[in-house]
Amino acid sequence: MFRGNIDRLVEPPLRLAGFVCAAILLLILLFLIKEAAPVLTGGGWRLFFADSGWYPMEGLFGILPMLVASLVVMLGAIMIAAPIGLGCAIFLQYYAPPVLAKAFRLLLSLLAGMPSVVLGLWGLTVLVPIIGSWQPPGTSLLAATIVLALMVIPTMALASASALSSVPGSLMNGAAALGLTLRARICYIAITSAGAGIRSAALLSMARAIGETMVVLMVAGNVVQYPSGLFEPVRVLTANIALEMAYATDLHRASLFASGLLLTLIVLALAWLAARSNESSKQYG
Amino acid sequence: MADRLFSSAVWLSAALVAAALLWIVGDLARLGLSHISLEFIFSAPENAGRSGGIGPILVSTLLIIGVTLAVALPLGLMVAVWLAEFTRRGNRLSNQIRLALDVMAGIPSIVFGLFGNAFFSIYLGMGFSILSGGLTLAVMILPVFIRTCEIGLTAVDNSWRQGAEALGMTRTSAVWHILLPAAAPAISAGLILGIGRATAETAALIFTSGYVDRMPESLLDSGRALAVHIYDLSMNVTGGDPAAHASALVLIALIILFNLLAQGFSDRWLYRRLAT
Repeated sequence: MFRGNIDRLVEPPLRLAGFVCAAILLLILLFLIKEAAPVLTGGGWRLFFADSGWYPMEGLFGILPMLVASLVVMLGAIMIAAPIGLGCAIFLQYYAPPVLAKAFRLLLSLLAGMPSVVLGLWGLTVLVPIIGSWQPPGTSLLAATIVLALMVIPTMALASASALSSVPGSLMNGAAALGLTLRARICYIAITSAGAGIRSAALLSMARAIGETMVVLMVAGNVVQYPSGLFEPVRVLTANIALEMAYATDLHRASLFASGLLLTLIVLALAWLAARSNESSKQYG
Repeated sequence: MADRLFSSAVWLSAALVAAALLWIVGDLARLGLSHISLEFIFSAPENAGRSGGIGPILVSTLLIIGVTLAVALPLGLMVAVWLAEFTRRGNRLSNQIRLALDVMAGIPSIVFGLFGNAFFSIYLGMGFSILSGGLTLAVMILPVFIRTCEIGLTAVDNSWRQGAEALGMTRTSAVWHILLPAAAPAISAGLILGIGRATAETAALIFTSGYVDRMPESLLDSGRALAVHIYDLSMNVTGGDPAAHASALVLIALIILFNLLAQGFSDRWLYRRLAT
C-alpha cells in the first residue's frame, strides 16, 4: 500500500546530486572565465597571441612559443606512441598466445597506472642524463617526447585493441578463406575496418598528452622558446601554469588562467573528435 | 618476406614496451630500495627531505584521499543510481548531465588545480589546505567514478529488477539490496580508477593543498602529498634523488594497497549482502 512512497522520498536528493555535478562543471568554467577576464576583455587576448614573447615582469604575455611547444611535444609523442601502441594492440589481438596476452594486458595496465610524477622522476634521473651525455643539457624536447609517448602508449594500445576486437569475425574468416596471409588480413581488413576506432584511440592519446603536466614539467627543461631542435629545452603551457601560479598576480595570473582555458578547449576538441570518430565506427558494427 | 617483417615488427613493439616498463621499475627499485626503511616511512623529513622520512607526508596524503572519498563516494553513487535507475533512457535532463560529466572528464588536471585554487582556496577561503586539495581531487575523479558505476548498474540483468518488482520491493530497496551489490565489481573498478588517479595526482595539488611538510594538525592545515614530495625533491632539492626514488616506490606500493583494499571492500561488504 505504501509502495513507492519511499521512492518519492529518495528520488529528489538523488536528482539534486545530479544537478550538483552539472553545476560543478558550470562553476569550473565560470571561475576560469572570471579569473581570466582581465586578459579576455578589452582585446587583451590579441596581445596573448601577438606579443613577441613571455616576459610577465614586463607585462608581455605572448604564449605562442609555449603553445607551439605543447603541440610539437604532443605530435612527437603520438608519432612514437601510435605505431608502437597499434603494434601492441595487434600483438594482443592476433599474435600473442592467450597466457601471454593476459600477462601483456596486465603489463599495459601497470604502465597506465604509473603515476606521471614517477615517470617524470625516471625521465629526469635516468633518461635525461643519457641524452645529456650525448647532447647536453639533456632536458629537452626529445626527453619530453619519449617519456610522454611511454605514458600514452597504454591508452593507444588498449583502445586500439578494443577497436580491433570489434572487427566482425566473418570478415577475417572470409579473408582467410580467400587465402590472405595473417599480415594481409590485419593490414587490409582489420585495420581498415577498425580505422575509426583506431583514429579515436590516437585522438584520445593526444588529448592525454597535451593535458599532461608533470612529465613535461620535469624533463623538458622549461625554457620559453620556439622549439628549434630535438635537443633544445622547451616549456609547454601546462608546465608554465605549474611553474608560475605560485607567485603570479593580476594580469600575470589572469593570463595563466586564460592559457588554462585555452588548454581545456584544445583537449575538449580532441576528445569530441575522438567520440565522433568512435560513433561513426559503431555504424558498421 | 613482408609477412615475416610485419610479425617481427609486431613482436618488437610489444617487447619494447615490456622492456621499457622493466627498465623503469628496475631503475626505481635499484635507486630507491636501499633508502627505504621503517624509519623512513614513519619519521619526519629533515634537511628539505634529503634525510629523515616521509611520516607527515604520508599522513597528509591519506587525509587528502580521505576527504576526496568522503565527498566523491556518496555523491558519485547517488548520481550513478539516479542516472541508471531513476531516469528513463533518453531523458533529456539526464543526457545533459551525462554530457556535463564527459566534458568534466576531459579537463586537464592542472586546470582542476587552477579551479581549486580560485574557488576552494581563495573564494571559499580555505587557503592552502588538505580540505581544499581533497575537494579539488573529488571534483576531478567524480566523472570517471560516476560513469563506471552507472555502466555497472545498467549492465545488471533486467530480470533482477523484474524479480524485485514482482516481490513488491520498492525501487529504493531494490537498489540497496540487489542492484548495488550486483554492480559491486564495477563500483570497485570505479573506486580503483578514482583512488589511483587521486593518489598519483600532483599538478592539481601543488597550489591547492600546498607544500608544507609538517605534520598536519587539522584539515585546514596545508599538507604535502607524496606525489608533490617526489616532484619537489627531484626538481627543487639538489641531492634529493635517493629520497625521491624511495618515495616513488612508496607511492606505487600505496596505489597497489588501495587497489587491494577497494577490491576487498567490494567483495566483502557488497557481495556478502547479496549472498545472505
